[in-house]
Amino acid sequence: MSILVNKHTRVVVQGITGKEGSFHATQCKAYGTQVVAGVTPGKAGQEVEGIPVFNTVRDAVKKAQCDTSLIFVPPPFCADAILEAADAGVKLIICITEGIPVNDMVKVKRALYGRDVRMVGPNCPGVITVDEAKIGIMPGFIHKKGVVGVVSRSGTLTYEAVHQLSTLGLGETTCVGIGGDPVNGTGFVDVLALFEKDPETQAIVMIGEIGGDAEEKAAEFIKKYVKKPVVSFIAGITAPPGRRMGHAGAIISGGKGTATEKMKSLEAAGVRVVKNPAEIGNAVKVALGR
Amino acid sequence: MNVHEFQAKQLFGQFGVPVPRGKEITSPEAGAAWADELNTPVFVVKAQIHAGGRGKAGGVKITKDKAAVPGLVKELIGKTLITHQTGPKGREVRRLLVEEGAAIAKELYVSILVDRDSGWPVFIASTEGGMEIEVVAAQTPEKIIREAIDPAVGFQAYNGRNIAFALGLPGMEVAVVTPFIQMLGNLYRLFMDKNAAMVEINPLVITSDKKLIALDGKVSFDDNALFRHADVQQMRDLHEEDPLEIEAGENNLNYIKLDGNIGCMVNGAGLAMATMDVIKLAGSEPANFLDVGGGATKETVAAGFRILLKDPNVKGIFINIFGGIVRCERIAQGVIDAAKEVKINVSLVVRLQGTNADEGRKLLAESGLKLEVANDLWEAAQKIVKLTGKAA
Repeated sequence: MSILVNKHTRVVVQGITGKEGSFHATQCKAYGTQVVAGVTPGKAGQEVEGIPVFNTVRDAVKKAQCDTSLIFVPPPFCADAILEAADAGVKLIICITEGIPVNDMVKVKRALYGRDVRMVGPNCPGVITVDEAKIGIMPGFIHKKGVVGVVSRSGTLTYEAVHQLSTLGLGETTCVGIGGDPVNGTGFVDVLALFEKDPETQAIVMIGEIGGDAEEKAAEFIKKYVKKPVVSFIAGITAPPGRRMGHAGAIISGGKGTATEKMKSLEAAGVRVVKNPAEIGNAVKVALGR
Repeated sequence: MNVHEFQAKQLFGQFGVPVPRGKEITSPEAGAAWADELNTPVFVVKAQIHAGGRGKAGGVKITKDKAAVPGLVKELIGKTLITHQTGPKGREVRRLLVEEGAAIAKELYVSILVDRDSGWPVFIASTEGGMEIEVVAAQTPEKIIREAIDPAVGFQAYNGRNIAFALGLPGMEVAVVTPFIQMLGNLYRLFMDKNAAMVEINPLVITSDKKLIALDGKVSFDDNALFRHADVQQMRDLHEEDPLEIEAGENNLNYIKLDGNIGCMVNGAGLAMATMDVIKLAGSEPANFLDVGGGATKETVAAGFRILLKDPNVKGIFINIFGGIVRCERIAQGVIDAAKEVKINVSLVVRLQGTNADEGRKLLAESGLKLEVANDLWEAAQKIVKLTGKAA
């Protein structure tokens, strides 16, 4: 078992003929992911590393039976690409693109509301179920099949945590990057609920950062519904207020969204919060009694 | 991106949000000419800097005497204002807004931003205009009114009525309510059309003759949407930004200057923040946030070095790279080449992890450069703090 994606997931890559798209489509395929189609308008009939390219997602779904879209389309056109995927009937949309205008995401999120489709991202590394499917830009080899579910707003910081888990022999089930933007599709709570239900996942690592109140909402949820041990790190305790720390969503505004506040809420919910990011792996080990 | 008050008010004007007659002024002569043209009972001269708290810092002058305007302009131009938002060094005033005063009967607060949780734009309104909204929210949360707008259909008249009646203004008669609701709709249009991150009117004034006026205004824009708005891009004032941050931006680096003395260079925003945090945990303070992005190359590393070394507080540099798609030996070579190009005269600790980390560390160790290599994040943080001394 795993969450969101597995070896049966059939992926279409939107923006497959671009530099990023072609590189990562190839990497995902090499990991073993079923990358069965690509889309770039006007380039139907071409192939990228043996992956057939279509003009529209509708064609890709019809001819290659894709159920998941991985998006590398540049920011100005990305909202359109997400809506196209949803309309074509894919069930999961994983959007890697960084730099999409917030108001575009406001409209997209509203349009997806109530529909049978889940969006992960944007501005995220993607989703990987170890040894089954890598649908994103994370380096596959740092992952080891194991028992920890990882959910994070960050990219390289997630790799850091995964590396620790793999080195300690704990390994991961599925790792989900929910992205660093202020308005995103899937949130911490959605992923926590999935991990709680997944029989293979024995512990959860949640990596948050300053800005917004997603971690506080997650804390409330964990307190009520999560029985599995959760270890958390929140980045940005040294971040100054009012400044965007790289991610569009990482900003302390009006005194809200500080790392300290988030750590307090999580601790109150019984989460093991580590202050040192180098300690994430060890804290999971202790939590699992290994 | 932030803009000045006078620019925010120009946008308000374009979208049908009423503002006082006013003009950007940079010299006493221009001030005199504009005061003549304005010809109003009360003149307000306001310093234009990207920071709140200008009034308390002496950046806002009011006079009934037209002839006094040029003198006030002279007094404020070139003055350094220190407010709770400028930091101890303050900000030099280079532009002023000279406008007509208003006969205030009532002060309100109105703003719009996106609620991150729902993903819907939300109006925040309050009867406590003229105060800082964070203070109102903390002390009297019952005085904060929130009205979410469905982005599928946009602002509706009922949204306006909900806000107007919730404000419960004494004497909220048709003469005020109707234009008030219309104004809220216009503000929403500005927010969406210009891809604002926030619009704020504080205070929104009802005058003694029952007119609405945005007496002070603030607009900030979504940086990710600036490509759509050439007019907004032109409003950028580089004097309001840190020179090192501007240089970083020109090199496509994400840099924020802080006050500590350990410079850090990291790939990825989350890991960059975490690196700052471990420096603090190890007993020192970070000098900056710097994300060199996923594909750190010799060029980006060299540009990063140049920027970090221009900060006189920097006593040591901590490079923390988690090689994913980018291989560590290539990053190591980039660091070596860049370090040779830019003379590094401070302590340097490089931590490499991920793809081909061993090869990368070997290259660094054999490079002849004066630097320390580390495998682990915590080990690296302790090394750089030991080399540079703990913060006082």
